[in-house]
Amino acid sequence: MPEKIIAGKTVNVDDEGYLVDYKEWTEEMALEIARAEGIEELTDRHLLVINFMRAEFEANGTGPSIRRLNKKSGVPTKELYQLFPGGPAKKAARIAGITKPQGCV
Amino acid sequence: MRNLVILGAGTAGTMMLNKLDSILDKEEWRITIVDQYETHYYQPGFLFIPFGIYTPRDVVNPKQDYFPPGVESIFAQIELIEPEKNQIILSNGRLLPYDYLIIATGTKINPQETEGMAGPEWHKSIFDFYTIEGAKGLSRFLKYWEGGRLVLNITEMPIKCPVAPLEFVFLADWWFTEQGIRDRVEIEFVTPLPGAFTKPRASAVFGDFLGKKNIKLIPDFNIARVDSEQKKIVSWEEQEVPYDLLVTIPTNMGDTVIERSGMGDELNFVPTDPHTLQSKQYENIFVIGDATDLPSSKAGSVAHFQSDILQENFLSAIEGRPLRAKYDGHANCYIESGFGKGILIDFNYDTEPLPGKFPLPGIGPFSLLEETRMNHYGKVMFRWMYWNLLLKGAELPIESEMLMAGKRL
Repeated sequence: MPEKIIAGKTVNVDDEGYLVDYKEWTEEMALEIARAEGIEELTDRHLLVINFMRAEFEANGTGPSIRRLNKKSGVPTKELYQLFPGGPAKKAARIAGITKPQGCV
Repeated sequence: MRNLVILGAGTAGTMMLNKLDSILDKEEWRITIVDQYETHYYQPGFLFIPFGIYTPRDVVNPKQDYFPPGVESIFAQIELIEPEKNQIILSNGRLLPYDYLIIATGTKINPQETEGMAGPEWHKSIFDFYTIEGAKGLSRFLKYWEGGRLVLNITEMPIKCPVAPLEFVFLADWWFTEQGIRDRVEIEFVTPLPGAFTKPRASAVFGDFLGKKNIKLIPDFNIARVDSEQKKIVSWEEQEVPYDLLVTIPTNMGDTVIERSGMGDELNFVPTDPHTLQSKQYENIFVIGDATDLPSSKAGSVAHFQSDILQENFLSAIEGRPLRAKYDGHANCYIESGFGKGILIDFNYDTEPLPGKFPLPGIGPFSLLEETRMNHYGKVMFRWMYWNLLLKGAELPIESEMLMAGKRL
């Protein structure tokens, strides 16, 4: 399993760069991952989504779909795409330090 | 007397009814099945109606014809499931108490979930092919269409029969070629997925097919709205794709009774144990087919494989034994690829569709992830099997568990 140093900490990541153990995640790491993804600053709205993603992952073992994110966190879908351009579910999962959302077959 | 109630008499519900009716002791069990509609549609056939391969008559039969004698069937809307009280309330006010409940209420398309989709152009220049009305409407439209931009769009996952959109564009390519107007039609496949399909190896193979058939793939497109006046679809990131004919796969959601009863997730699918098929919340409720929230395909083959597992676990449950049968996510799909050929995929939760051979006693082998005439015949033959064997709960020569035999890693 590949290792990566994020915000000074060595962590295990999968082939696509998602953290393997979400418990290794810190807020400092979130910012570094976000910057690598082209998001320069993490606003309160970003953090709201990220914390929601982590809570969902803790409860269900998988990250939420965009629909669920929208419905349960109250953040409008349009805004989700503005906060995390290029795919909120995957990008926010990466920044939140959880595994990639399970795709359906 | 104990009561078993089955909600929904589609593919999954009818199969379960026939299977359990043949093994449960009638002195001890009363079985009731409820559905609001009296007509059973062979849904895989909807795909062929727009291209005149099937007529609507080829895909319908009365539901009643597939119910075993002695079973109580009720054609009524279901108002509410009250799992705490072990009862169902029908919209005519009737109460149905149950000891065990099987939910097989399926999934439906919801075009009203997307802004501008279900407006004045619905079934005029915007069509689905997941309903008989949509399939018939498309058939009429295509008869007179002289060409332009055909855009197929998947709104969001999951959808029923995730290969059907690919089959639609493959068949469209063939059909326009037959009509002599292929050079006047641009076909685009617009999907929220990163490629042509959900799983990497199949996605690459199908991506190649799209390319070979001159069908343009637009991945990672998450539709926000349809602008039916300007005739374009617009993504959440303001990417625009213009169309002359939009064939859409709208948001799929479980039945509204699931929502009314507070038993579903955000898409009204019922949280279900992925292996035992028992409801995650209630021990005396099982869920089968499209109504579940499982990460397996929403498809008839899945319902069929699940029915074997559910039969076994149901018998265990009523006798107080542990549920030992485990569904593995097995799906098996024949994909029409046009020009009299087809592709077959066979996969489960853990194993993505792989190339190789698929052995089928007495009939096969079929080729996996490859285009052959034999696979097309498999699909054609299946309609007969569906009406005459599958719905009636008969044994088919195919294992409910996925086998690795013949597959190449």
